Amino acid sequence: MKVNTMAQMMAEGTTPEYLFWVGCAGSFDQRAQKITRAFSLILDKVGISYAILGKEETCTGDPARRAGNEFLFQMMAYQNIQVLNGYGVKKIITTCPHCFNTLKNEYPELGGNYEVIHHTTLLQSLINEGKIVLKEGGTFKGKKISYHDSCYLGRANNIYEAPRKVLEIFDAELIEMKRCRSNGLCCGAGGAQMFKEEEKGTTRINLERAEEAVATGAQIIAAACPFCNTMMTDGIKNKEKENEMAVLDIAELIAESMA
Amino acid sequence: MEMLAQLSFLGLLVVAGFLFYKRANLIKRTIFLGKPGGVYDQKAERWKRVLLLAFGQKKMFKNPLVAFLHFIIYAGFIIINLEVLEIVIDGISGQHRIFAPFLGNYYRYFINGFEILAFGVTLVCIIFLIRRNILYIKRLRSNDLAGWPKTDANIILIAEIVLMTLFFLMNGADQALQTLQHPHYVQTGSFIISGSLSGLLSHFSVANLLVLERTCWWLHIIGILAFLNYLPYSKHLHIILAFPSAYYSSLEPAGKLTNMPSVQNEVLYAMDPSKAPSDAAPPTTFGAKDVFDLSWKNLMEAYSCTECGRCSTACPATSTGKLLSPRKIMMATRDRLEEVGKNISINSSFVDDQKTLLHNYISVEELRACTTCNACVEACPVSLSPLNIIMELRRSLIMEESNAPSEWNNTFSNIENNFAPWKFSPEDRENWVKEN
Repeated sequence: MKVNTMAQMMAEGTTPEYLFWVGCAGSFDQRAQKITRAFSLILDKVGISYAILGKEETCTGDPARRAGNEFLFQMMAYQNIQVLNGYGVKKIITTCPHCFNTLKNEYPELGGNYEVIHHTTLLQSLINEGKIVLKEGGTFKGKKISYHDSCYLGRANNIYEAPRKVLEIFDAELIEMKRCRSNGLCCGAGGAQMFKEEEKGTTRINLERAEEAVATGAQIIAAACPFCNTMMTDGIKNKEKENEMAVLDIAELIAESMA
Repeated sequence: MEMLAQLSFLGLLVVAGFLFYKRANLIKRTIFLGKPGGVYDQKAERWKRVLLLAFGQKKMFKNPLVAFLHFIIYAGFIIINLEVLEIVIDGISGQHRIFAPFLGNYYRYFINGFEILAFGVTLVCIIFLIRRNILYIKRLRSNDLAGWPKTDANIILIAEIVLMTLFFLMNGADQALQTLQHPHYVQTGSFIISGSLSGLLSHFSVANLLVLERTCWWLHIIGILAFLNYLPYSKHLHIILAFPSAYYSSLEPAGKLTNMPSVQNEVLYAMDPSKAPSDAAPPTTFGAKDVFDLSWKNLMEAYSCTECGRCSTACPATSTGKLLSPRKIMMATRDRLEEVGKNISINSSFVDDQKTLLHNYISVEELRACTTCNACVEACPVSLSPLNIIMELRRSLIMEESNAPSEWNNTFSNIENNFAPWKFSPEDRENWVKEN
């Protein structure tokens, strides 16, 4: 796989249509790296021109801000906006709803104005334009799939339809969990919870959500966020259902099915 | 005698009005202890919110049955007030049913409408009392409501039942007096509910009926004025504050946190000293330690909360047994506000009481359990934001007290030094491309 960085493209005198903001999970987390690779594979196959920041990308500051560390957030935002504006970035795509939310909603008032698109939205428009063609038969045809709403896509940004529309392409049986869309239950990772032990309670949030996921009887839990993915995978393992159901990102489902 | 009644009525009205005004002013003063400001443009969109969320109770209809029942009480409350208008004019002028001659036959339709609504209100209040006290509905049985809040809710429901009963008895006695052709009681034709009561009252003497009618009439209006004055001490204040709360609710994407321009500038000046004005004063406080540091909107929302607990039902932390309950965040903020308000009333300005909202009312453990998932804001019928208060308190905790769990401190230093929340080398950021 060959992925250009903004620096390389600039040196060659070209400008990509999109900046692909990979995010920390997508860059470093082994599970999330697979999602990143799946999504760039799709971009390559469809022939979308994009580049990454590579070593110049840093954390958006989302977990710092939500933990309450506004100083650190502002520092990260300042540096990122300098870099993004330096390259004259206009359009950003990202596979992480947390990066998406911060870049789209929180950077503009700090001087970073971009059109920010979450990968599920891009996938939906690629499908609508007929640019994504699936293999004959289809890997997921007839399978039961349940979509887990990410808080930072759904409630935070009102994106409920795009991921569901993408899933419709598989001709699979789509089942909703008990709490879905605007009532969707958090996976437990947001608000910097991913980076600390959960406070004490009667159960863990991801276990509660995993129970709802298991109750659907789905073979695939479709996620659209690397953190939800981790939380749901752990939860399902805890329920000892990892052989019956898999947690996969929507980009992975598409990449695996593309002709 | 007649004159005396009119004067007493007027006096009652003035006293009740004055007490309400005084209390309303105190609440207003307390709300504006919060930080001023906020941009509230897009007026058309905001009025739409008022129409949909407050008047239309759109979000309540996520549970249609409860929404319908609540709507009956609400519609009843508003519409029956038209009847109160007549009662007030009667009381001041010494007339009886002053609207009847003007409305002719229609008068009966109006009163019948009110009676049907009043009957509905009574019925729903009974159902709600059963829901609260006999059925087991988790959000209505939570520890958040232990003590006064539970009593408050029951007082409101019982008060409404008492008021409606007085309304029926008053009309019933009135109907019986009409049947006896008492000259003071205008013939209105039969009322739908109290008409059937009047049969039961038919063996009463005129004198007794007069006593009954007058007693109920007075108790009814005294009850209404008392209820009016109870309102601002109770969660029932939502019937007023739901409207401004809906108007001022955030129109931004829910995921956007409020910016802190003071910190933004501080960072800007550190990175680019040429931009720093020579007189740049460092910000005094970060986030909120006490109610004074919250915005006036946060404080208004605390007074607007009716403690229904839909937020806590939806909250992933509450539902997995964590200490955090978004409803309790709103209630604690209001409790602290009440205390501060009293403090100011007694001392003429706030005297330090060695207490703060953070720590004394809301604990660190509660704040740490929030996933910022926005379920509470989404669930709130008028979109109040416990999340906003939680975030402001978290900011104070981290930036004023450096109070973070050690894992978060590691996360912060990783972000600062390795530009990612985990301890990976920034050099490895593109490694995902290679691994196959």
